[in-house]
Amino acid sequence: MPQLTAVPLSWYLILSAILFALGIAGFVFRRNVITVFMSIELMLNAVNLSFVAFSHQLRQVDGQIYTFFVMVVAAAEAAVGLAIILTVFKNRQTLTIDEVSSLKN
Amino acid sequence: MPNQPDLQLWLIPVFPLIGAFLNGTLGRNWSKGLIAGVAIGASALSFVWVVKTLSALGQLDTAHVERYFTWIASGDLNVGFDLAVDRLSSVMLLVVTGVGTLIHVYAVGYMDHDKGFWRFFSYLNLFLFFMLILVLAQNFLLLFVGWEGVGLCSYLLIGFYFLEKYAGDAAKKAFVVNRVGDFGFSLAMLLMVVQFGSLDMTKVFTAAKAMPVEAQSGILTAIALLLVVGACGKSAQVPLYVWLPDAMAGPTPVSALIHAATMVTAGVYVVARSSEVFLKAPLAMEVVAVIGLLTAVVAALIGTAQNDIKKVFAYSTVSQLGYMFVGLGVGAFSAGIFHVVTHAFFKALLFLGAGSVIHALHGEQDLARMGGLRSKIPITYWTLMAAALAIAGVWPFAGFHSKDAILLAAHAHAPWMFWVGVVTAGLTAFYVFRAIFLCFFGEYRGHAHPHESPAIMYMPLVILALLSVAGGYLPIMDWIAPLFPEAHEAHDMTLVLISVGFGLAGILAAYYVYVLKPGTAEASAARLGGLYRAIANKFYVDEAYDAAIVHPLEQGSRAVLLHGVEQVVVEGGLKGTVAMVRGFGGLFRHLQGGNIRSYAVYALLGAVVFLGLMVAKGGSQ
Repeated sequence: MPQLTAVPLSWYLILSAILFALGIAGFVFRRNVITVFMSIELMLNAVNLSFVAFSHQLRQVDGQIYTFFVMVVAAAEAAVGLAIILTVFKNRQTLTIDEVSSLKN
Repeated sequence: MPNQPDLQLWLIPVFPLIGAFLNGTLGRNWSKGLIAGVAIGASALSFVWVVKTLSALGQLDTAHVERYFTWIASGDLNVGFDLAVDRLSSVMLLVVTGVGTLIHVYAVGYMDHDKGFWRFFSYLNLFLFFMLILVLAQNFLLLFVGWEGVGLCSYLLIGFYFLEKYAGDAAKKAFVVNRVGDFGFSLAMLLMVVQFGSLDMTKVFTAAKAMPVEAQSGILTAIALLLVVGACGKSAQVPLYVWLPDAMAGPTPVSALIHAATMVTAGVYVVARSSEVFLKAPLAMEVVAVIGLLTAVVAALIGTAQNDIKKVFAYSTVSQLGYMFVGLGVGAFSAGIFHVVTHAFFKALLFLGAGSVIHALHGEQDLARMGGLRSKIPITYWTLMAAALAIAGVWPFAGFHSKDAILLAAHAHAPWMFWVGVVTAGLTAFYVFRAIFLCFFGEYRGHAHPHESPAIMYMPLVILALLSVAGGYLPIMDWIAPLFPEAHEAHDMTLVLISVGFGLAGILAAYYVYVLKPGTAEASAARLGGLYRAIANKFYVDEAYDAAIVHPLEQGSRAVLLHGVEQVVVEGGLKGTVAMVRGFGGLFRHLQGGNIRSYAVYALLGAVVFLGLMVAKGGSQ
């Protein structure tokens, strides 16, 4: 794949790290449940990116297989997670994460 | 030993164990007839099996040993579950199962109205089981199992009416006082292990036989004295006799079976069984004789001033046990055991007769509220009279033969012991007949309506009365004599006449004081003043023990154990630990605030630290 040879591995990893950091920042600092949820997806995809990059670099297919696993799990998680969020919103009329704390203490 | 028939000795104790188990687990819902059937059946089967075994063994010149399995194997020490029968234990087996069965039968009538009927018979059977283990054991550890087991059953049965405070107190007292003796017994066993490397009786006695007689002291004397401590506890000798009179809080059949006929003779049995050890330790023998004599005198004196009919007989038991110890101590082992047997007959009869009187008077035990019962309960009267004549040592009743054998042996050993024994015999006759006269003669002083006991109660009385009359002619002395060295006793007619004379004098004195001239007793009691008060108050022994042992122990426990150890060390330690845990928890609880995002930060920090470490280590494989 000649067009990819121009981009070195480190660039992919740096991009991946940036995406991951954004995901963490979103997870830690945002209060909206959906935003937090999207941040998690972002982190997962950041990892996926590094997997694919390594897979290409090392000429091994394992990383890409794992990526598929992660995507399947992420899809399932999104389905369940969104269902939970919907139910929470129906019951509580809120999407603020700090207010959903009836199990605390 | 080769070619010994397998006689299934283990069945003898197992029958009562099964009975105890059945009644103890299922008896609560059973009818009284079924419970009584199981209990009597178990003890009667046991008796039948004893008779069958003994008839199969014939002359029993050597002990018949059956070894079942290794119980404890630890280094060189090997303790097996071994049972044995020899001439000595055969006598005990017959007494325990025979008298035991009679008392079971009697108890069916006596306990008829009791709600704890099933519990009572379960305990009684359990007692028989442990007693038979004690008698059959071929090693000291197994004997100790039986020894402790009968102690347990004694505790349970003294405290049978556990809703009454005095019963619980008496049970605890018996248990605690017996612990003192048991401690001595355990130390004796430990010394045996150290000295002989075994607890097997054959081995221990063979080894002891080969050792020289110890003039002053030595290992055998130590073992023997520790065994005496144990025997003093179980057989209620000075200074550990105090529990037995209180043990009368239990139902009367228990007093007859456990606290007169069988369990309390266990100490005598152990000393006789260990005769090989004692023969090498003259000092211990002398101690046994002196303790026995002292017990006989003290208990007889106290017995003269008791007003509870059971207490009178309880002190008489203590006193008679003292006689047995005298017999053992002066070397007349077979006479001591003979007295165990005859005493089992007449003392069980005395207690069962007392129970019959109490039953007739609806629970009245105070001699002051009896009297004139001769015509109202004639069978009880005549059987009790037989027992009283037997204990007073009147010819030809059972007590005459065994007591005379002991007294003659005591005379051969040391004449002063004979004289003390004879005076005690007179006292014995006096206080037993005092009880009889107060109970059956004169005017009735109570308010109940006396009635004769049912046949199930008076039949055992009649059988025991026959044994008390004729039991002295059983050839028990000749049967067990070969086990012991020959006691050189001359049949001195003068001495026999003297002892019988003292007995008769005691009876006549009681007759004079309590029948011919009622009121003399009070007058002479007043004249004796302090002495009488001391006797009536049992020489203040209980009070002395309270002041010397119980009270300091309680105060010491309170001061040192409660205020010191418990409150400072235990509670302090506990509180310190709690405070420590709470402090650490207080530190770490802030980490776990329930805020998801802070957890994410911790995870992030952890990952950063981890990565940092990896980078710092340089990624080497």
